This record gives sequence, structure tokens and C-alpha cells, in this order.
Amino acid sequence: MTLTSPDVERAAAVEPADPVEGTMHSWDISTGVDGPGTRFVLFTSGCPLRCLYCHNPDTWWMRSGQRVTVDQVLTRISRYVPYLRAADGGVTVSGGEPLLQPEFTGAVLAGAKERGLHTALDTAGGLGHRAGDDLLDATDLVLLDVKAADEDLYRRLTGGALPPTLRFAERLAERGQPTWVRFVLVPGLTDAPEHVRRLARFVAGLGNVERVDVLGYHRLGREKYAALGLLDRLRDVPGATPEQVLAARRSFADAGLDVT
Amino acid sequence: MSLVAQAPAPTTLDPPPRDPWRGFTGATWSASVDTGSFIQDNYRPYEGDAAFLAGPTERTSRLWGRLLEMFPVEQERGVYDVDVRVPSSITSHAPGYIDRDAEIIVGLQTDEPLKRAIMPNGGWRMVEAALEAFGYEPDPVVREVFTCYRKTHNDGVFDAYTPQILRARKSGLITGLPDAYGRGRIIGDYRRVALYGVDRLIDQKRADRAALDIRRSTDEVIRDREELAEQIRALEDLKKLAASYGFDISGPAGDAREAVQWLYFAYLAATKDQNGAAMSLGRTSTFLDVYIERDLAEGALTEQQAQELVDDLVIKLRIVRFLRTPEYDALFSGDPTWVTESIGGIGRDGRTLVTRTSFRYLQTLYNLGPAPEPNLTVFWSPDLPEGFKRFCAQVSLDTSAIQYESDDLMRPRWGDDTAIACCVSPMAVGKAMQFFGARVNLAKTLLYAINGGWDEVSGEQVGPVLPRIHGDVLDYTEVRARLDVMMDWLAQTYVDALNVIHSMHDKYAYERLEMALHDSDVHRTMACGIAGLSVAADSLSAIRYAEVRPVRDDRGLVVDYETVGDFPTFGNDDDRVDEMAVDLVHSFMAKIRRHRTYRDAEHTQSVLTITSNVVYGKATGNTPDGRRAGEPFAPGANPMNGRDRHGMVTAALSVAKLPFDDARDGISLTTTVTPAGLGRTRQEQIGNLVGVLDGFVASDGFHMNVNVLDRATLLDAMDHPERYPQLTVRVSGYAVNFVRLTREQQQDVVDRTFHSGL
Repeated sequence: MTLTSPDVERAAAVEPADPVEGTMHSWDISTGVDGPGTRFVLFTSGCPLRCLYCHNPDTWWMRSGQRVTVDQVLTRISRYVPYLRAADGGVTVSGGEPLLQPEFTGAVLAGAKERGLHTALDTAGGLGHRAGDDLLDATDLVLLDVKAADEDLYRRLTGGALPPTLRFAERLAERGQPTWVRFVLVPGLTDAPEHVRRLARFVAGLGNVERVDVLGYHRLGREKYAALGLLDRLRDVPGATPEQVLAARRSFADAGLDVT
Repeated sequence: MSLVAQAPAPTTLDPPPRDPWRGFTGATWSASVDTGSFIQDNYRPYEGDAAFLAGPTERTSRLWGRLLEMFPVEQERGVYDVDVRVPSSITSHAPGYIDRDAEIIVGLQTDEPLKRAIMPNGGWRMVEAALEAFGYEPDPVVREVFTCYRKTHNDGVFDAYTPQILRARKSGLITGLPDAYGRGRIIGDYRRVALYGVDRLIDQKRADRAALDIRRSTDEVIRDREELAEQIRALEDLKKLAASYGFDISGPAGDAREAVQWLYFAYLAATKDQNGAAMSLGRTSTFLDVYIERDLAEGALTEQQAQELVDDLVIKLRIVRFLRTPEYDALFSGDPTWVTESIGGIGRDGRTLVTRTSFRYLQTLYNLGPAPEPNLTVFWSPDLPEGFKRFCAQVSLDTSAIQYESDDLMRPRWGDDTAIACCVSPMAVGKAMQFFGARVNLAKTLLYAINGGWDEVSGEQVGPVLPRIHGDVLDYTEVRARLDVMMDWLAQTYVDALNVIHSMHDKYAYERLEMALHDSDVHRTMACGIAGLSVAADSLSAIRYAEVRPVRDDRGLVVDYETVGDFPTFGNDDDRVDEMAVDLVHSFMAKIRRHRTYRDAEHTQSVLTITSNVVYGKATGNTPDGRRAGEPFAPGANPMNGRDRHGMVTAALSVAKLPFDDARDGISLTTTVTPAGLGRTRQEQIGNLVGVLDGFVASDGFHMNVNVLDRATLLDAMDHPERYPQLTVRVSGYAVNFVRLTREQQQDVVDRTFHSGL
């Protein structure tokens, strides 16, 4: 099931006037955190995963998002073209999980690219099979959030299965798609040296990963859990220390990767 | 009362005279006074990076160290010392030194560093209040002179104010007016003294005067003649000041050290003559670079010595002091002098105006540590050389001490020899000056519109009487129409007040030396201003898009609002409300333009509050946007704290929509971002900050203060000020020493939206 499937073409043929719609949580212009430079970041709503450390639990449900058309999003993006170009930035589609809405995400990325902007897709990769080659062709950079290298740990962390993510990573590698890998270091959960080393070996073996961001788990999302009436299952877990983050960075660097 | 020190005879041991203009090219500037052409004909752009810069010498650190020891005493007492007996003038005090043997550039405002002088021409009451506040007894003779024999600016203004102006002033609708102190925001072209020497400038002024002598003696001509006489006298005094330090500055400077020294004497004389609210320096770095380059080429100077010259000049600029009241300092946060220096930019021919000395000026923030003064202002353009852009961004990351203004907006309007006075006011150096007009409170004006001219705090009738507003829900069309009436009245009252102030200032506290360093046919602007723009726009948006129910007290005054429903707020690039802000700026400017100004000055306005956003907020009741009575406004043109929800850049783009040609005196935006909010690595942070500034200027943004700070650092500094003696924070248009802010202002800075990028 890919975006190049006849489904899309048929839909377009049957109802040419029907605009592609998606569910958006919010948008933002931010610098240095969602890809290179200053970027327009579209946060889609809805995510199949329930990561223990998620700091945006307010993006979990599609139903709590806002329906918008691709045109609306692109109209907004168009306002920032001079800025984003001058700032060596671009557009990032993040979430939520943007591949939950591949048609919408693909159309936004393609539209941004048409406007001469650098494009990035921020995904956990588990729904990578939904990303058609068109979508990936319109994506200059994939920000791939690889949460764990161990299947049990992955399930415990996210509630989802690891193999689809790994398969997506390998597909990106085959395509030679520029990719940044992001890894969240959660003390007591993902920081075991052997685990980090294993993940680093896998990532290094891909060959298309330009850099690895090791992000220390922080507690800034806590208030959101309270506000949403959700249980913060990591409430007793402290934030990662700079030393812990440094150790993990070293493991990735030792595997021959560029790490920040 | 003048007691010029006996001037040592100018040195007679000069080597054979060398041509001070040796090696310089160009004819325009040598035929007539024109510093801008001199720069264009002789400067060498620098496109490289910061690697050539030199650190502080032991001498520099020792000299600065002596002052660092004195600052805590000054901070504790409020002033280090005051000379209560001798009112300041260009020649009033004997020479003073920090460390005579160690100083490369000399000259102090009084005979000792940090000792402040009194300048009663602006107003005696201000002097007396300041002296009393700091525990000094006013000198009875001086008091007698300025209360019995010599009228001051302040006296003159209050002789001519109307009851209407007085009411608007008292209620806080029009505040910060320069009616009791020097108006400032006038930049002498101090470079002229170095390039031409004083005698040539006097000759020019005499020629200008001769041209007036053949005209009939009308009011204007009489005033111009008298002013020129004053200017010539001031230039003669300037030579005496230099002579008291052993220098003859009647001729041009012959080398880099003399150029810095001549230029500084001229600036020093201005600070001895005027207690101006902002005493800006102009655009000196690339001018001085011509001299430094020549000395380097002649082998007369090393990079280390070149940096020492700049460090020494900056040390002097950091200790400019004026005697002001504690209330004044509370209003402006600390002890600002706005020694603004404009750096960088692009020339008319497309070459960058960045030189190595532009780098050297910024380097002082490392060599001497961060400081609010001089107020280093970078003229930004995406076309600046990459090496300079990255160095600026690095300095911002490390010190938060510089501000940025769009060269691309200024150059087409005022040319490539423009400088900023104070915070955001552009003017062509030596060719234009402004009549500083502080600002009016737009948010309060809206409340007057709702209450029919009654003040919501005092309950007094201040503005024109409008019928009471009826109904349970405010109607946008009605409120906007009433606001228009109130703004008409306000614009008229405001320009009236400014005309009185500047007429009296010219009469009783004329800037004789600064104006001597301008062309005689100077262009004047009447610089009006507005505060509370985002509160007013958000309030109108609430009335239009949500439901706002007025809450009346027993006098029938609307004192609060119940607002139900969502409404768009300024700072989110939402045209529905941003256009309301644009409309307010545009329509108030149009209303100002309707009133004739003193000396036919060009009408301008700024959207700037400096730190008075706190004071304005205190004087303003509840507003329909949900802001509570007494809460600070956002500074300058900023969105209200916490209401910008799409990141710093989006907020900046809302501000960039404000029409610059309706606010040519500047639109101020202050941003604070955490280091992590700019990127993961230092190099990435530097590159991304360059991108943010490029994008902002490319989107027609005008001014951006960039703070790169952690909230935790500020909170810690509030509790442990002793650990952060040099922590510098930018607030709209200038920088302050954070630990010198009042607790309230510190809290305001902390509460402002921190853009962490999360």
C-alpha cells in the first residue's frame, strides 16, 4: 500500500475538486531542532505509538487535531518562503506520526519542494511501508527516531513492534536517502551500554545516516500529562544527565557516526 | 564659575610636520566637510573572519581592573561621587585620569573617574532631587543662580504647557517627555574633528554665518545666527578642553591614536555639555579603520596596539555618567547613556562597510567582558560577509550584548552613513537630528475611548467627553470609531507638548557642541512614539472576535472586562489581528502628520518602550484582552508575553508587518532564546542565528534584540547578583546589566516568552 498506488490516482480522477485533507495538531517556526536551519514545522495529529517518554502526548489522537487542507498548509508555508530560504531552513513534517496520513504528508512535502524549500520528514518509521517512493522523493532529509535496538525493549517503550522500523531504515539506506537518526536516552531504560552499542552498530551499517542526535530524556512534557489526565509512567524517572548523554554519544561516535 | 585648569602649553617637540592626510584619496571630502565621502574614498572592506583579533594586554586589563574595583561602590551608593559645586560645561573641570601613565586615550567628564557633574540647564529640580536622593547637599550659590538668575529648560516648558497637556502627562497617557532633562538623541559627527581639525570646522561655521548675515533678521534667521555663534564658541571650548590634556586639536589628526583621541575629545565635550537621555556615538569604526590601516601599513602600529586603542576608547565610553534621579533610573533600568555605535552595513556601491575595526569593536566584549555600553548595534544585511555575520552571531551567543537593525531598510532611505541614536532611531550622521518625543500609551487611549475620556485609574476627566458606552457587550465598530476620536485628540495634544518642549530646549539647553558637528542646514524630525501596541491590538481583536462584556463600578466607569471566547492575538502571523496593529500604527502616524511641528520638523514615530513597558503597565487599568491592571505591557512592538504560540520567528514576522514608513523612528523587537533553541552544536547555533537574522531582514523586519540565555541563569542571578556582575540582557533597544534592574523588571524579563524551541 503505497502512495503511488492507483487508489490515489483513482481518487483524483473521481473527485478532482476534493482537496487533500489532513489532521494537524499545530504548526511552528523553530530553529535548530527539527532539521537544519530555521524551519516551518507541521505537527500532524495522531500516532500509533505510546512512547513512555513522549513529550507531546497531546498529539496522540487524530480526533483532537484540526482538519486542514493541503492548500491551507501550503498557503501558510508560502508566506515564509523568503524567510526559510534566507535562513537556510525549510519545511519539516513531524507529529504525531506523519506517516499515519501519508497522502496529506506527501502532498505537503511535495508542495514545499515545488516552492524551492528543503524538506524533512520526522518519523518513527514504524509506518514506513505507507511512505511511497513519491513521498520519499519529495523528502530531502528523513529524521528517523529509532527508539531501541531490542524488540522487547521497543515494545515496552512504545507499545509497537520494532521490525517495521528496521525495514524502513534499510529501505532508506537502499535508496541512499539522507537520514538523521534521533535517539532518546532514558536513564534505566535505553541507556544500557550494550543496547546503545548494538543500536549504533545497526545505524552505522546503514551507510546513509549523516548524523545522530542523542537527546537526553527531559521532563518538560510532564505538565501535559497532568493536563490531559494521563498517567505519566515515567514520573519517577529523572532526566538524563550530561554524562549519560555523553557516554551514549561516544558509543555512536565509536561506531564511526557523526554525533551531536 | 568656570575653572579651566591651567592648560599646559601644547607640546613643542613635534618632529618635522607630516601631512595628516598623507595617503588619503578623493576630492569631495577635502573640498567640503563630508565624512561619508571620505570613508567611501578611503576604507578597505574586510571579508575575512575573526582569527586576526588580539586579546587584552596586561595594561588594558589593569586599567579596566581599576574601574571594576570602583563599580561595586558606585552600585551600592547609586553614584560614586558628585561635584555639587561646578555645573558642567566643556571647560568646567580640570583634567582627570583613571591611571595617567597607563591610559592611551585620555579625557574624563570631571576631574575623577565616575564622579558625576551637575547639568542644571535642563532643569534645576531634577538636579536637586538627584542630589538629595544620593545624600548630597546642593550648593547654595548654584541653586541661587539657577532659581533666580538663569532660567532652565524645565521652567520654560512649564510656562508654556497647556492644562490639557498637563492632565495627559499626569495621568500617564503621555509620559517620558524630555521636559525636565536633556532630550538627547542627537549625534554629533565626532569624526569631523579627527578628519579636519577644529579650525577648519570653525571656518565652515563662520562661512555659514556670513551667509546668514546678508538675510533679513526674521525670527528664524535670528535664531540661526545665535545658534551658529554658540556653535563656534563651543568649538573654541573644545580646543581648550583638548589643550588642558596637552593636545592641540586645531588641525587634523595625523595618525590612528590621534584620530581616536580627537574623536573622543569631541564626544567627551558633548557629554560635558549635555545630559542627553541618549548620547550616541555614531558610526565610527570604519572611519577609524582608515587611520589604523594606514598606521599598520606604515609599520607604526601592531594589531595588538590597534586593539588597545579600541579597548581604551571603549573603556572611556563605558564610564560616561550623568546625574539622574532614582525614579529616572527605575524607569530606564539602571543608568543608561545609550552610547550607541553603529557597525557594519553595506555601502551605496555594494561593498560592505565592515572593516577589521568593526571586528575590533565587537572584540571589546571579550577583552573587557560583556557590558551594556557602548550600545553596539550591527547594521545587518544578508549581503554582509559571512565571516562578520558568524562573528556577530557568536558574540550574541556569548554575551547577548548586541542588537541588530536592518541595513536594507535604512540605506535606501538615509544613505550609507546612517547611525542609530539611542535604540532604534536612524539618522544620517551630521546631517539630521531629531526632536525626541518619548511616547504615548495606546492601550490607555483605548480605555479612554471606552470610558469617554475618563481615566480608569484616577476617575478624572482627561480626554474629550464622549457619551457613555451603553450595552452589555462592546461593539467593535463603535469602539474603533471612539478610539479614532480619542487618537485625534491625543495626537494634537502630543504634538502641542513636543513643540513646547523643543522650542524651550533650543532656547535654554541648546546642544551647542553637538550641533556644531552637524551641517548648518540640518534636517530635523519630530520623533513621536507609541507604547502598548500589542495590548491595544489584542484588545480590539477580543472585542471584534470574542465577546467582551464591560464591568462597571459604582461611578459607572468601566473598570474590568469579561471576555468569553477565543480571539486571535498579535504575534502569530494572523492577519485578522496583525492588520489591526498595522492600522493603529498607520492611523496614529497619519493623525500626527496633521499637526504642524516646531521648526517644520518631519513627523516620525517609533514603536519602542525601552523598559518603560513596566511603568506604562502600572499606570493602566484592566484591558479587554485579559491583561490585568498594573501588569506590564510587552516591550516595544513585542507580542504580549506568552501569547505568541508559533515560535519566535513567527512573532518576529508579525512585527515585521508593521509599516516601516509609518514608524521611521524605529520598531523594536526583543527576543530571548535559549542556546539549545538555536541548535545542537555551537557551530550550528552560530549558523542558525545568522539564518534567523538573514530571514528577518529579508522579510522586512527592522530591529531585533537577541538574547541567548537560559531561564535558570536569570533566576540564579536574581538570587545571587554577586555571581553575575557583568550579566547583560537586552531589553528593547539597549542592553542592561541584569543585576542592576529592579526586582520587578527582572521578573518581567524572566516572564517574557522564552523561546526554547521545544
